[in-house]
Amino acid sequence: MNNYILMMVTAIFANNILLVRFLGNCPFVGVSTNLDSAIGMSGAALFVNVLSSCITWMVYTFILVPLELEYLKTVAFILVIAALVQLVEIILQKVAPALYRSLGIYLPLITTNCMIFGVAVLNVQQKHTFMQTLVYSIATAIGFDLALIILAGIRERFSLGRIPTLFQGFPVALITAGLMGLCFYGFVGIGQ
Amino acid sequence: MARFIQEFTKGLWKEVPPFRFVLGLCPTLAVTGHVSSALGLGCGVIFVLLVSNSLIATFRNFIPSKIRVPVFIVIIASAVTIVELTMEAYFYSLYRVLGIWIPLIVVNCLILGRAEAFARKNNIILSIADGLGMGLGYTLSLMFLASFREIIGAGTWFGIRVMPASYIGFELLQRPPGAFICLGLILAAMNFISMRMEKKETHACAR
Repeated sequence: MNNYILMMVTAIFANNILLVRFLGNCPFVGVSTNLDSAIGMSGAALFVNVLSSCITWMVYTFILVPLELEYLKTVAFILVIAALVQLVEIILQKVAPALYRSLGIYLPLITTNCMIFGVAVLNVQQKHTFMQTLVYSIATAIGFDLALIILAGIRERFSLGRIPTLFQGFPVALITAGLMGLCFYGFVGIGQ
Repeated sequence: MARFIQEFTKGLWKEVPPFRFVLGLCPTLAVTGHVSSALGLGCGVIFVLLVSNSLIATFRNFIPSKIRVPVFIVIIASAVTIVELTMEAYFYSLYRVLGIWIPLIVVNCLILGRAEAFARKNNIILSIADGLGMGLGYTLSLMFLASFREIIGAGTWFGIRVMPASYIGFELLQRPPGAFICLGLILAAMNFISMRMEKKETHACAR
């Protein structure tokens, strides 16, 4: 049990997926302009990340390893993830229209989110068990959500201040992210 | 031939990938701590872009447009697998340094972006030019950012000392937060240059 808690804290703070490991930066800069879309994106990311990690882990352990096809993992994982996102979209539309409307536009964006694919590969590379895969995928997604929502909150305030023209848009967002990264860097040393 | 050169050179300045369009940001930030790893990943990206662009351009008339994205992704993933296995066999130390970033070339938006925007509409020769130019532009940008970070952060370039021995190095730039700050500063500098150019043009027009 202690191991799982340690794993969660490390993945959320010390090895934050966005700020320290640099996975999933495209939506991080793209979607974080206002708080509502950031919250929508974080919900979708959490959902798909956990689901895809579990399924890719099963595909790897029960299909690729017995058949000795480990080298096909890149092809297999990306197909599984792309199909999964489509499937989730169709099912949500039918079963939970309200949830679909709130996540709707963020779901397709998730296919090209390197976090989903990266976490799937990391799980296999670090030889996680199924429980560890589950905990790790939840923790990384929470870390992603935390950083995304904090940055969105900060960027909403930008409209109140006067930013030099040269730095408007992406540059100032990246520098803010850098300063946030510096704060998260203070957690390094917790855990392993 | 003129078209070939034009498609090739647009990737080098006019549409240089990670700076002009903020695409493929994650590896840009992650592998630029050292120039050698930036060059290694850049070569992988060039190879994948060449293979995917030329294959997609060859089969562009046979791929039904409804299922084109899955087809593109499978082609790209196969090319990435080739790169991964080759690096593991012949450049093992580089393979260890780049780690997860090699399989992650698959989800680099730059590659799918070129397939979708260029290779699917143009013939094979122009697509090769486009892939080569974009890949080279991407590699050079990665190396530029990495040089900045490595020289100022550690005082070395390709691992060779370039600053005087008494130079301690600005550690922060080598660490993850430094990557964001560096890229932010470079984008601001690019804004500055393009604003200057625009001003010159409008001056010339007024005259």
